[in-house]
Amino acid sequence: MSALVSQVSRRTFLGTSMAVGGSLLVAFPLDTQSQEDAAPLPTPQAFIRIDPSGQVTLILPYVEMGQGAYTAQAQILAEELEVDPAGVRIEAAPPQEPLYASPLFGGQITGGSGSLRGAWMTMRTAGAAARLMLVQSAASRWRVPAAACSAAAGRVVHVATQRSFGYGELAADAARLPVPRTPRLKQPSQFKVMGRPQKRLDTPAKINGTAVFSIDVRPPGLRHAMVTASPVFAGRLAAVDAQGALAIQGVRQVVRTDNAVAVVADHTWAARKGLAALRLEWDEGAAAGLSTADLLAAADAALDRSGLIAAETGDVRGAEAAATSRYEAVFRLPMLAHASMEPLSCTVHWTPQRCEVWLGSQILARAQRTAAEAAGLPPGQVIVHNHLLGGGFGRRLEVDYVAQAVTIARQVDGPVKVTWSREEDMQHDFYRFHNHSRVSVGMDGAGQPVSWRHRIVGPNIMARFLPAYQKDGIDLDVVDGAKGPYDIPHVLVDFVRNEAPAGLSTGNWRGVGATRNVFIVESVIDELAHRAGSDVVAYRRALIRSSPRTRAVLDMLAARPAWTTPLERPTAQQGRRGRGIAVFEAFGSHLAMCARVLVAPTGAVRVEHVDCVIDTGFVVNPDVVRAQIEGGINFGLSAVLYGRITVAGGRIQQGNFDTYPVLRMHEAPAIEVHIISSGEEPGGVGEPGTSGIFAAVANAVFDATGQRLLSLPIDAAQLRPVQA
Amino acid sequence: MSYTIEVNGVRHEADVDADTPLLWVLRDIWGLTGTKFGCGIALCGACTVHVDGQARRACVTPIAAIGTHAVRTIESLHQTREGAALQNAWAALDVVQCGYCQSGQLMSAAALLAANAAPTDADIDAVMAGNICRCGTYSRIRAGIQQAAAALHGAGQPPSSAVAT
Repeated sequence: MSALVSQVSRRTFLGTSMAVGGSLLVAFPLDTQSQEDAAPLPTPQAFIRIDPSGQVTLILPYVEMGQGAYTAQAQILAEELEVDPAGVRIEAAPPQEPLYASPLFGGQITGGSGSLRGAWMTMRTAGAAARLMLVQSAASRWRVPAAACSAAAGRVVHVATQRSFGYGELAADAARLPVPRTPRLKQPSQFKVMGRPQKRLDTPAKINGTAVFSIDVRPPGLRHAMVTASPVFAGRLAAVDAQGALAIQGVRQVVRTDNAVAVVADHTWAARKGLAALRLEWDEGAAAGLSTADLLAAADAALDRSGLIAAETGDVRGAEAAATSRYEAVFRLPMLAHASMEPLSCTVHWTPQRCEVWLGSQILARAQRTAAEAAGLPPGQVIVHNHLLGGGFGRRLEVDYVAQAVTIARQVDGPVKVTWSREEDMQHDFYRFHNHSRVSVGMDGAGQPVSWRHRIVGPNIMARFLPAYQKDGIDLDVVDGAKGPYDIPHVLVDFVRNEAPAGLSTGNWRGVGATRNVFIVESVIDELAHRAGSDVVAYRRALIRSSPRTRAVLDMLAARPAWTTPLERPTAQQGRRGRGIAVFEAFGSHLAMCARVLVAPTGAVRVEHVDCVIDTGFVVNPDVVRAQIEGGINFGLSAVLYGRITVAGGRIQQGNFDTYPVLRMHEAPAIEVHIISSGEEPGGVGEPGTSGIFAAVANAVFDATGQRLLSLPIDAAQLRPVQA
Repeated sequence: MSYTIEVNGVRHEADVDADTPLLWVLRDIWGLTGTKFGCGIALCGACTVHVDGQARRACVTPIAAIGTHAVRTIESLHQTREGAALQNAWAALDVVQCGYCQSGQLMSAAALLAANAAPTDADIDAVMAGNICRCGTYSRIRAGIQQAAAALHGAGQPPSSAVAT
């Protein structure tokens, strides 16, 4: 979601000390002139609670799904508040918009690599305001000017006399003071907490078994259910014979909804056995004959329909006509599942007066509204508890499983946990759908690109998920990065909407538009460099003229040993070795990545090493940055090497890690991450690692084999050396 | 049928069918939710426990098969030398991200170190390949195992593939 964020960033960073406060309402084109007047007050009480003992509790709107959001938000608040982050308690924020809305997305959403950027924009002022209020309350008691006091380590000190109060003694009084409208923020030179490799606050509980994910909750009286929905897209439940299920020890009841059936039991295994013992009839409906071939044909046909123009500069037609040579390629990206380690679940206790929900969601306020609608209750009577997420990756941005669980719970006395099996999770995903692209480039006599045409075929996810993130019917994310960081005089990017059939849900997958477009753009540029007889670094560098930060990460990468050290020649038995790069900007960060691969005679690809240079602006926590790039790369590698969801008979054919393999320890490359310090505003790091690895590996495979990958996952058969 | 099993040194009772996997008895009946459900067919390792010190996937271990063997879960891993050393290393290196796979990772790693005090990278690969991490913390898991091994058996060999800085 880079495009929207940079749009917001330009407007909100006018005047560095005017970062918008804790209840930012609106993310989308703000009227610059009235912005200062419209800037809402910081709301420190939304994020900070200090009890009389001095215990600080931080209330955090961005959920922790592994990306280090809790730690980063705590560092941001603790820095301005002047407390030690190690001593704070953390609470997930309740659903409340606009109070906890992300300034990037206009809703209470964790995603789009936006947690740190959002917190940077809203939570620094909240922490600073709280600190000022605490200082003022101490100063009032001492009858001294606030300027004569300082705050550190949870205490306010009157400098001249060294008298002090702990925050706990001041908090009640401070809360009654007016909130300062424009609290002065600390300068980077004053940072004690941000910019340091602060240890993750969630580590202790995650290594001793006490961390509570939503699948772990156990309210008193809990029953356990497993559910299965129509295996055929948009099918309906026609008939259920529950006799066999009800005979199983521990099974309590069988619950029907219009397209799913759940078995409620004393424990999950009994529920699972009960599900298996049901005799079910599905009304399969129109999708029953659907196959991957149909989906590919539809996406290919869309390539030839006329599109909505997303970007246009110069005269592409004229430039193409005048071009000395041309290159054209069609790229086809497969369906992908999310496959978080924690399968989906939702626990609900419904009564006619009140509904309580326990879940792990990236989009909590929407989840609450959805639960309320399914519960038939006003949102005020729906209590929602968020938890640590065992992986989000975009799946937990959806609320389908919440509506389903509430619907089931309405038929159950007491609380019920509805757990999805791994198969259910994999077969009822919101998939990254088929994405096809046709790129046509016109080159001059020197092999330089003069015209760039990129037709993008894919679903318009934002129309459903976040309608404000569209422009003229175009999903802004799917076209994000469609021509990369390159200065090409004549450009046309257009979008042809191609939706999945009804019942096949599509959604956001880690890296979203960048994951799609960086692979395509960097593969094309790499090919052009090859055809021009050019060094792949030099060719790119010459075309990156408007982004010095992007050029800088490329230069740094090209100077590092991973790129400069001559490749060790493998034996014929080992195979062929190659190296490839990708350079891009996404999510407010600039990255250059180099992958080294070994392609065995069988065509199997082993990714040996990945080197990454990142400029992500000011770094709140360098170790979290490294971890996110490492993890993002490995997440992407599963898709590069294996990821492919297929359809036959209107059903998803994969169900578990046997049919949908993912990267394992022995396949993980060595990864080095070099962080460039820059004084810029922080960028996002949760996704760009994933977005870059596809092209880095594909270009390395080309270097090793001469084969250009136009589709994924890698097909080993395509890479076997041709027999003479 | 009633089963009484020793878990983490404490006897627990459950009245369930014989084929009920230990995983669900631990989580749903005895409230030991540190052991996680990930796939149900022993492909992901999230449910790894120790049975008499051996790593086992609890999702495919029927309760009836336990008998008098001692079960250890993540909740008591700190009581073992290997477990405590691994947890220290995990904290020092900030291995975890979402953390959902990490109970299983630690249990597999502890069994590895108990059987092999100085594992090579190949040894680590062979044992840990059964534990999936979707967040991709593999290089830190490897470094954590090597750091724990070194701590347990004296500084000696430096880790063979450290997390690059």
